[in-house]
Amino acid sequence: MAMLHTVNKSPFERNSLNSCLTKSKEGSSILLIEDAVVGALKGTVMADKLTAAIANKNVYVLGSDLNTRGFTEAEILDGIKIVDYSGFVDLVAEHSNVQSWL
Amino acid sequence: MSEDIKKFMFVNTKAPYGTVYALESLEVVLISAAFDQDVSIAFCDDGVFQISNNQNAEASGMKNFSNAYKALGDYDINKLYVEKESLEERGLTLDNLMDLTYEDEDDDWAEKPSIKLVSRAELADLMDEQDVVISS
Repeated sequence: MAMLHTVNKSPFERNSLNSCLTKSKEGSSILLIEDAVVGALKGTVMADKLTAAIANKNVYVLGSDLNTRGFTEAEILDGIKIVDYSGFVDLVAEHSNVQSWL
Repeated sequence: MSEDIKKFMFVNTKAPYGTVYALESLEVVLISAAFDQDVSIAFCDDGVFQISNNQNAEASGMKNFSNAYKALGDYDINKLYVEKESLEERGLTLDNLMDLTYEDEDDDWAEKPSIKLVSRAELADLMDEQDVVISS
């Protein structure tokens, strides 16, 4: 079964999302939470890497953390799915293991 | 007494909410306003996210402190420098930021924008002019 990766730091400040993108396997899932949600925005220096990841991985962003920082679904890259807290729980339950990139 | 006024710049480099730096910096800025100094604020790197508009913390249950930035103008803190390159790297424009203004007492209290868009090089020059720079 596939792994769930969570990332909680901004990719503009830390390298953890980059590390996650290079070390996560095809078919795995990546959930952006807390300050990492800004990595899902359109038009950033991270956009190409995220777009490449979306092609063979499931990428999610926690909606409440996105809204807290002033952004909505319209402003994130196409192909990234928004989940709420219960969706977060479902993702944890559906995957074999969770790796937290800190 | 004017020779006692120092130029203070608070440099914000971190996104809000994920860590406490943004909120703590804002509190120190508001305190500094009580001491009649020449205070400016810079927003660069992920600090630009601190003043993004439409922040809504309802679902996350956190404290939305973004409205406090709107009060800065009333405390005579009206030099808010935003680094252009930092916005561009994050896919943002001035339209993504709050409309932060102040009333200019030397111009019949006309409402004017507090946000000044500056380049990375200009921000470096501004930092160089300060007596005190406090980064977070």
